[in-house]
Amino acid sequence: MFEVRNVHTGYGQVQVLFGVSLTVNAAEIHCLMGRNGAGKSTLLKAVMGQLPLKQGEILLDGERLDGLPAHLVPKRGIGYVPQGRRLFKELTVSENIEMGLMTRGEGAQTRDWVLDLFPRLSERLDQVAGTLSGGEQQMLATARALCLRPKVLLLDEPTEGLQPSMIEQIRQVVVKMKAEGYAIILVEQRIDAVLSIADRITFIENGKDRETVLPSDVAGNGAILTKYLGV
Amino acid sequence: MDFGPHLMLASLEGAVISAILVLTAMGLSIVFGVMRVVNVAHGEFFMLGAVFAWAVTTMISGHAALGFVAALIIVPVLVGAIAAGVDQLILKRIDYDVDRTIVATIGVLYIVQQSTLMLYGPEARPVEPPFNLRLALPWFEFGENGFQMIWPWGLSVTTYKLFVIGAAIVVLGALWLVLTRTKIGLVMRATQQDRDMAQAFGVPVGQVYSLVFGLGAGLAALGAVLVVPIQQAHYLMGGDPLLLAFIVVIIGGLGSLPGTVIAALLIGMSDGIISVFFSPTLAKIIATFLVAMVLVFRPQGLMGRVAA
Ligand SMILES: Nc1ncnc2c1ncn2[C@@H]1O[C@H](COP(=O)(O)OP(=O)(O)O)[C@@H](O)[C@H]1O
Ligand SMILES: [Mg+2]
Repeated sequence: MFEVRNVHTGYGQVQVLFGVSLTVNAAEIHCLMGRNGAGKSTLLKAVMGQLPLKQGEILLDGERLDGLPAHLVPKRGIGYVPQGRRLFKELTVSENIEMGLMTRGEGAQTRDWVLDLFPRLSERLDQVAGTLSGGEQQMLATARALCLRPKVLLLDEPTEGLQPSMIEQIRQVVVKMKAEGYAIILVEQRIDAVLSIADRITFIENGKDRETVLPSDVAGNGAILTKYLGV
Repeated sequence: MDFGPHLMLASLEGAVISAILVLTAMGLSIVFGVMRVVNVAHGEFFMLGAVFAWAVTTMISGHAALGFVAALIIVPVLVGAIAAGVDQLILKRIDYDVDRTIVATIGVLYIVQQSTLMLYGPEARPVEPPFNLRLALPWFEFGENGFQMIWPWGLSVTTYKLFVIGAAIVVLGALWLVLTRTKIGLVMRATQQDRDMAQAFGVPVGQVYSLVFGLGAGLAALGAVLVVPIQQAHYLMGGDPLLLAFIVVIIGGLGSLPGTVIAALLIGMSDGIISVFFSPTLAKIIATFLVAMVLVFRPQGLMGRVAA
């Protein structure tokens, strides 16, 4: 359903990705793992149309997304939860959600659905986003992306720096979204979190996808983790 | 005239200056806030507003108010459209690079100024105010007969000047409503905070930039339409508003709209009062000195925030 084919890209003159490919199906959680600086976030930015491709294609339901103006990519149904959350910090919770809803012309129904998923946000609708706790900010970033009713959900290290209880809540939402039929790309550092929810895992190293495996191939296989993550 | 009535007169002058200044500075502030563009050509959009106002009012015959109302509606839109064109043709192509936009807008400044000189000429031309009744103002005194109201000779204001003050308040209120209560305002604020994320949520940032640049120029033009019945239209009239608007934006805090309003009041009032009691040159000197002080002791401005 969603396919990244041989993507080469980078920042200006500096190339970061040297041919990354992966395929994600509906109702599937596809995890990306790799060391810091491997190019995971760069791949998601490229999907969002924010970095021009030097080579390669990005396809959603057989239609090309690469080459589209960046603001049209989310309108095709790509929801993005960037690394570090990147909320509109001086806007309220409600306004951040409104930005998500406006992207694909979603209305009150989607708003209610999203607020049901994150009840804590509905208690803080008029609070300025920058003043939320880290966990609440992550919820809002996720809620904002879900407001698109996306076909594909990109999550870049959503549990970074969060308390265990928050991590669990985010995890549950991701699993729920999988059940809704979303194709999910999840960048995650913590191997235990990955093993419990991933359908497939792709290891990225030096801007290339090295190996795509099942969680069962990784469990108890210390060698592969040492190789790609250095743990 | 006694000091009291004289001060009141000076304050009214200051309020009129503040009214025009707040519109001009607001335009500069919004453009800087959302686009991070320092628009050196801002004063020329002001000047274009005045010149176009002259052109529109000359073209439309009949009562002076007819032409003036037409100018009030047509001119800001026209100047805004020209500015949006400048954004698309020039600023977009240099990718809003900070240094290059300064140089590019200096270029725009001279192109607009010299084109106006060629097409409109070096004359200063007046625009007739739509109405201009002189209202005598009362003053209160505590004299031998107790508290009494007097009508000092020379203490008066024209209805047009009161209209300018009222119009500026209305426009500011409307602008505030647009920015805080409408979808396009929300989109502008989101773009201001994180351009890439705005794009990731479907905002056509390029179009928003053109709109904001047009809005900024349109506000300056609106200020100019209001000012031409008081001050004549001339191709070099953009210099002072540019300088004062920069002073206001720096004192208020870069990109802070409430700060811009407060600083415009401060600078406008002091400009009016000092000009009446001493000289306009002294007023400019003090304003410039204030900027230097603000830059030394509070570089983020009155209401600006320190970058996180
Ligand atoms: N905005 C940027 N400009 C230039 N280089 C960048 C930028 N962002 C990331 N990089 C570089 O791209 C490489 C990959 O970064 P990134 O995709 O963020 O890695 P990961 O998310 O896998 O940790 C790194 O070498 C990083 O320094
Ligand atoms: Mg990253």
